[in-house]
Amino acid sequence: MITAGIDVGAETVKAVILVDQELVGWSMVKAELDRRVSAEKALQSAEAMSGLPAGSIQKIMVTGSGRKTIAMADGNVSDIIATGRGVFFLFPSVKTVIDIGAEEARAIRVDAGGDIRNFAKNDKCAAGVGAFLGAMARALELNIEDLGVASQRSRQHIPINATCVVFAESEVVSLIHSQIPKEDIARAIHESVAIRITSMARRIGIERDIVFIGGVVRNVGVIESLNRHLGMDMLIPERPEIVTAIGAAIIAREEME
Amino acid sequence: MTTGMEYWRWTESSWRSGMDWHGADIIKCGIDVGSVSSQAVIFADEHLLAYSSIRTGSSSPDSAQSALQAAIEETGINISDIDYVVGTGYGRVNVPFAHASITEISCHARGAHYMAPSGRTILDMGGQDCKVIRINERGDVIEFITNEKCAAGTGRGIEVFAELLSVPISDVGKLSLDVAETPQISSTCVIFAKSEAINLLNQGWSKNQVLGAYCSAMAERVYRLIHRIGLIKDFVITGGIAKNIGIVKRIEDKLGVEATLVKPDSQIAGALGAALFAGDLFLKQKKKAL
Repeated sequence: MITAGIDVGAETVKAVILVDQELVGWSMVKAELDRRVSAEKALQSAEAMSGLPAGSIQKIMVTGSGRKTIAMADGNVSDIIATGRGVFFLFPSVKTVIDIGAEEARAIRVDAGGDIRNFAKNDKCAAGVGAFLGAMARALELNIEDLGVASQRSRQHIPINATCVVFAESEVVSLIHSQIPKEDIARAIHESVAIRITSMARRIGIERDIVFIGGVVRNVGVIESLNRHLGMDMLIPERPEIVTAIGAAIIAREEME
Repeated sequence: MTTGMEYWRWTESSWRSGMDWHGADIIKCGIDVGSVSSQAVIFADEHLLAYSSIRTGSSSPDSAQSALQAAIEETGINISDIDYVVGTGYGRVNVPFAHASITEISCHARGAHYMAPSGRTILDMGGQDCKVIRINERGDVIEFITNEKCAAGTGRGIEVFAELLSVPISDVGKLSLDVAETPQISSTCVIFAKSEAINLLNQGWSKNQVLGAYCSAMAERVYRLIHRIGLIKDFVITGGIAKNIGIVKRIEDKLGVEATLVKPDSQIAGALGAALFAGDLFLKQKKKAL
């Protein structure tokens, strides 16, 4: 059985192709204004990678915040459910998922069968999500990719008091003016993300194993701070961005069976 | 092309009555050091003598000093002529020449009551926070709620939009009303509203329409804050955003009431209240000494 999952996010669109249980193709493209164009592009590029002949995909499921705009799919599924399935597929031991994307953060409790027991999410405020890290990297004049590594060189703990991204930007500027090294500010930024996300996760209860997914996983500074605040090491997939798309492809397969 | 213009910058101002203060029994002063702007208000006895409103700099003591200088300029008053100074605002403990400090809630309530005595619900929209204060007929605080954690619904949020759209901040309100239809924008987060605004511009909505959308979002946010405490008339708006007609008009529409005019200046409520407290405290001190 050949199925595809497309995850239409705020900043990127991800597509995967599964042949039964095997991941044969995946891709991630920047989300354009017209999400349909991005979804087409992502799927085409995953197809190209898979080497499958054109037209071999039997069913396409779409998920993510922009899923409702995609007409080419055979169906759509909530991103919470898709995430649960995708994570369970990769890590059957999972009990708690932490997912931090560009504009949304979620904590999800998964039961022994991969179904959702409970979840909490933040989609109203940019504090603690990818958009926060992007704004902070700009304020520090660092590339977003370098923010995590920079924080690993930090020698001292300083707090960032502001929750709001807009206020935190001014706070970071005044920290720079008071000669605080960028590494220390970067670490403070990651601590602030970790505190916010940990308190969100506590609302639904934290149980190991914890799996961390979403684009923000690429930031090693956030991983370290989160591990410290959670009091345990999270499991991290090789490709943290495409887990929810994998879940959608699995659901497509389940629906065919 | 960059013009080097700072669209978010609002104009500093000062005012003086021109009266002769030399025969006054007491010269009292209030200084409000806010996160974005600082004000100084000076009274000679019961007469408003001078006031100023300037941008807060990186140091609270310097900002307090500059606000006072701007107010006393051309009045002939020296700092040594002032009998009593009360500091308020988030930088109130850092006013070096203040005799006392009083919280901004008390000072705003008293200042708003002085400028608009019929006011019972005071909405104070500042640079980095937004408060709703319920007061009684004497100007005493009955209850209040604040939003100080989030830039949505504050002056800082408007500054972000003025910069994004390259519109001078003092024109935002007027231009936002110059539209027939506005799209929707997030009322919960300035960062999300900003990325939505960029998308809306790409979709062909005009700058003014996007400004309208943002002013509506701000009004919605503030409306919800007021709703939590309940509206008792008269309704009064203080703070810098009271000068943004686009937001004021939309708040009035949502509430179904008109805001009572605040005279002479919506931005000086905190400092004015502080100056009135300074008079009380000075008299108390004098009585003790007798």
